[in-house]
Amino acid sequence: MRYQFQFDAIWPYADLLARGVWLTIQLTSIAAVLGIALGVLCAMGRTSRFAWLRAAVGVYIELIRNTPFIVQLFFVFFGLPSAGIKLTANEAAVLAMVINMGAYSTEIIRAGIEAIHRGQIEAGLSLALTRLQIFRYVIIKPALEKIYPALTSQFIIVMLGSAVVSQISAEELTFAAQFIQSRNFRSFEVYFITTFLYLLLAIGFRQVFKLVGWWAFARR
Amino acid sequence: MKLATQAAGWAFGALIALAAAPAALADALDDITKSKVLRVAVPQDFAPFGSVGRDLQPQGIDIDLARLIAKELKVKVELVPVTSANRIPYLQTRKVDLVISSLGKTPEREKILDFSNAYAPFFSGVFGLEGIAVRKADDLGGKTVGVTRGAIEDLDLSKMVPANTTIKRFEDNNATVSAFLAGQVDLIATGNVVAAAIRERNPKRKLATKFVIKSSPCYVGLNKGEARLLAKVNEILAAKKRSGELNQLSIKWFGEPLPADIAKI
Repeated sequence: MRYQFQFDAIWPYADLLARGVWLTIQLTSIAAVLGIALGVLCAMGRTSRFAWLRAAVGVYIELIRNTPFIVQLFFVFFGLPSAGIKLTANEAAVLAMVINMGAYSTEIIRAGIEAIHRGQIEAGLSLALTRLQIFRYVIIKPALEKIYPALTSQFIIVMLGSAVVSQISAEELTFAAQFIQSRNFRSFEVYFITTFLYLLLAIGFRQVFKLVGWWAFARR
Repeated sequence: MKLATQAAGWAFGALIALAAAPAALADALDDITKSKVLRVAVPQDFAPFGSVGRDLQPQGIDIDLARLIAKELKVKVELVPVTSANRIPYLQTRKVDLVISSLGKTPEREKILDFSNAYAPFFSGVFGLEGIAVRKADDLGGKTVGVTRGAIEDLDLSKMVPANTTIKRFEDNNATVSAFLAGQVDLIATGNVVAAAIRERNPKRKLATKFVIKSSPCYVGLNKGEARLLAKVNEILAAKKRSGELNQLSIKWFGEPLPADIAKI
């Protein structure tokens, strides 16, 4: 290989990369919190007594899980303005990521809920817990604990998928990389650094998730 | 052996020179009036300069201009479809008399062919909704402009706008156009050809030229040494500019009148 690496060509754009990393962190964090909240709500709906609610959530999940993320993103950014809903690139990116994360986490959380043995719920009832108390302590918390690793992986996938939002001019990490590449044409160096940054982000987020899990599911 | 090859080469060269000599002496304008046919190289894949219409007939400003010039010369027009790569070879090998094929002027091209006066606009610029008061790059301060990332407009614009301008960079030309049509941005930097296509397809969001970033107008290309034909073409262009016909062609194909630098005679 006779390629001459020139990493110093990237240095003048360091602040652009830093801002890109920061926006990726922000977008992903918001998408994770709202997406998991949406997932819990939809998982409740998916396992509810009402057939219409189960069906409605089912339609949402199938629609999102069977279409590409980039199409969902374009639908929000280029499509919705025709219906009078105009979002900035960052808002559109968050919305699309929340919708996407919500659908996948619903199925993951539902699996956790269904793994709770009926006897657990009956035990709760016999202890005179209210419906809400049963859902909170007997169902959702153990369920989340069971599927927490899967949820972490899904979150990492969403973080990596956020690279796509550069397409609608959201200036996250991939946008920064492409911008620098289009200015100094040092593609190899730029994507080398970008790959490394994504790797760091993924490892970092995994550690954060581990800490959160350790705190949330501590046996007290 | 080597000497023999060289001798053969010389002989061949002399033969070519002999064969070419009479053709070079004849005047292209005489040839055209004698044969009553004007052969013009036109584009077929570059609207609005030249493309194939719904009736499968060639259409565009270059085709209209070819017909206009032929009419003035009182000869029939023969449209020869070319690509941007072979349009100059077609002229050099005298398969055509004129190249009217969105041809821009460059120093390299000026060495091998002559150019008429400009007849059509070709520029990159900032375009936007009619109400927005932007006349020059400095007016973009505080405003948002959409552009295709890495395109020549992006590189030029990034250097000339005030620091508080927001430049939204999209992945490709389609995304930039979509962003404008969807109302995500009200100003875009692109080529006047793209702007013309938007005007034609989406009359709802009216697109006006705000200012020109870089201009490289189109010229009629001729072989070198055809002074009489060149003078004739320029005379026709001047007359058509004066009569307003060329301006109407600009409005028909670009949706805007000729820019001042081209309209002047």
